[in-house]
Amino acid sequence: MTTPSPGRRRSPVFDAVTPLGLTARYLTLLVILAVTVGPMLWELSTSLKSVFEDVYTATPQLLPHRPTLDNYTQVARTVPITHFALNSLIVAALCVGGNLLGATTAGYALARLRFCGRRLVLGLFLSTLILPGEVTIISQYQTVTRLGLGNSLVGVALPAMIGALNVLLMRNAFLAIPPEVEEAAVIDGATVWQRLRHIALPSVKGTLSVIAILTFIGAWDDFLWPLLVLQSPDKLTLTVGLSYLQSVFAADPRVIAAGAMIALLPILALFTALQRYFFRGVGEGAVKG
Amino acid sequence: MTSHRWYTPWLLIAPALLWLAVFSLWPAINTGVLSFTDVHTLSGGRFIGVHNYALMWHDPQLRDAILNTLIFMAVCVPLLTFLPLLLALLVQRTLPFMGFFRTVFYFPVIASAVVVALIWQWLLDDRGLVNGLGRQAGLLHGALPFLTDRWLLLFSAIALTVWKGLGYYMVLYLSALGNVRRELHEAAAVDGAGTVRRFWAVTVPGVRGTMALVSVLIAVNAMRVFSELYILGGRTGGIGGQDVSLVMLIQQAAAGSDGRIGYASALSVLLFVLTIGPLLLLARWNRRTD
Repeated sequence: MTTPSPGRRRSPVFDAVTPLGLTARYLTLLVILAVTVGPMLWELSTSLKSVFEDVYTATPQLLPHRPTLDNYTQVARTVPITHFALNSLIVAALCVGGNLLGATTAGYALARLRFCGRRLVLGLFLSTLILPGEVTIISQYQTVTRLGLGNSLVGVALPAMIGALNVLLMRNAFLAIPPEVEEAAVIDGATVWQRLRHIALPSVKGTLSVIAILTFIGAWDDFLWPLLVLQSPDKLTLTVGLSYLQSVFAADPRVIAAGAMIALLPILALFTALQRYFFRGVGEGAVKG
Repeated sequence: MTSHRWYTPWLLIAPALLWLAVFSLWPAINTGVLSFTDVHTLSGGRFIGVHNYALMWHDPQLRDAILNTLIFMAVCVPLLTFLPLLLALLVQRTLPFMGFFRTVFYFPVIASAVVVALIWQWLLDDRGLVNGLGRQAGLLHGALPFLTDRWLLLFSAIALTVWKGLGYYMVLYLSALGNVRRELHEAAAVDGAGTVRRFWAVTVPGVRGTMALVSVLIAVNAMRVFSELYILGGRTGGIGGQDVSLVMLIQQAAAGSDGRIGYASALSVLLFVLTIGPLLLLARWNRRTD
């Protein structure tokens, strides 16, 4: 079944792929697949069912009789859901941009430049990793309010714009580049900025993309923090808006399902498009930790 | 070799350091300070000693929250330590479609906890899919009150957490499995060890560092549960308000125009103390094995 790849010794016992084993493996995977995506598909199907179709029926129908987008227009009529989506996008973009800039420069300095106090700074970044975000969220809320940023999208994005973990990930990525390359550039008179821009950055694209993907997902999905910070209905992000939708539409699961899909489908599509970079980057970075 | 001015590194670090100071270090200290005051959102600021901590002893909801957290941990830690490892073993081999399975198994991780909780709420509704299928199969006569019963609601939230966490820990195991030496597997296979035997004798010892890390992460994350219970229990922690988590209590105390910031801070300190436990265990474990 499998063709032995050249240069790699294959053991007849260990690598044996029996038809029975293969069938069992794929059957198990299909069952897990059903459990994993089944609930999501059911929600998608519910969101496409018309009001004339009984969603509570005793014999559940996965495929809608006559698929309709009515529930989506219904959500948009009742709450400014496209506005919520735009708000989420703004917050996520601010977080991704801030982390790519701030974590890259700090990570580079910590990995590549010698200076007095480096170990102390590194220790400070490391020490915050043991602090769950929920522990400081109340005090953070007070800080953001005092800065006059309560009930604003900037207030939601601000604390997450440079994450300590991302600084450490970037430092690890820069450490993995052989120092000889840069030493040659120093002798040639390249400035720190030129070295970072033209030598170091191209080698850490994997980690950069993982940070960008994870930061975007984290900001898009975040709930507790925006729930604390935001009050006015026009400022809400998607997750907070959805949680209010739940109480307004307790009666119609179709409409709630449509709202849930508006939050879910874009992020799944984005991840599927970028999953190659994600799994490759995770494979490169996590092994060293 | 110095190839830069003394201030260049500080310029590069300045933004990150500022963020660290303002949004991590200061809030950490401030949380401790606030926990000894009666600060409210708009008023207060008096030092009241350990009054907030004394209040916690008489908070019946806190007792529920801690009990719920312990149950969460007792179920999640074993399940999420082993199931994702088995899942990683299933998708690890280079066979057709493995990339597809890996990506799709990660979908619940990417989905927001809010969206996932809404999906499950509909699934577990009295007239939802699970009760419908149960009735159709003749297993149920009435409907199981997944979302209204105190214990069923808690276990529904736990099931949701396990479902959502599988893919996350699977990816952690995948990168660890890459480091398990093939030769050991082959040697064991040649010696006649079956699949189960090889799992316990080769795979598990090979990834035990990751296992320790994963189980600590699960325990800490179980203490940080919020959205799942908040949405599934209709914002109030179920009908009797007993299905609450520590973070839900923090949010409830601090929310609103006259939130009890002082009391919420004391609860935050408690949360911190509890999460430190598993982390210390991990540190000790790491030192012992080094």
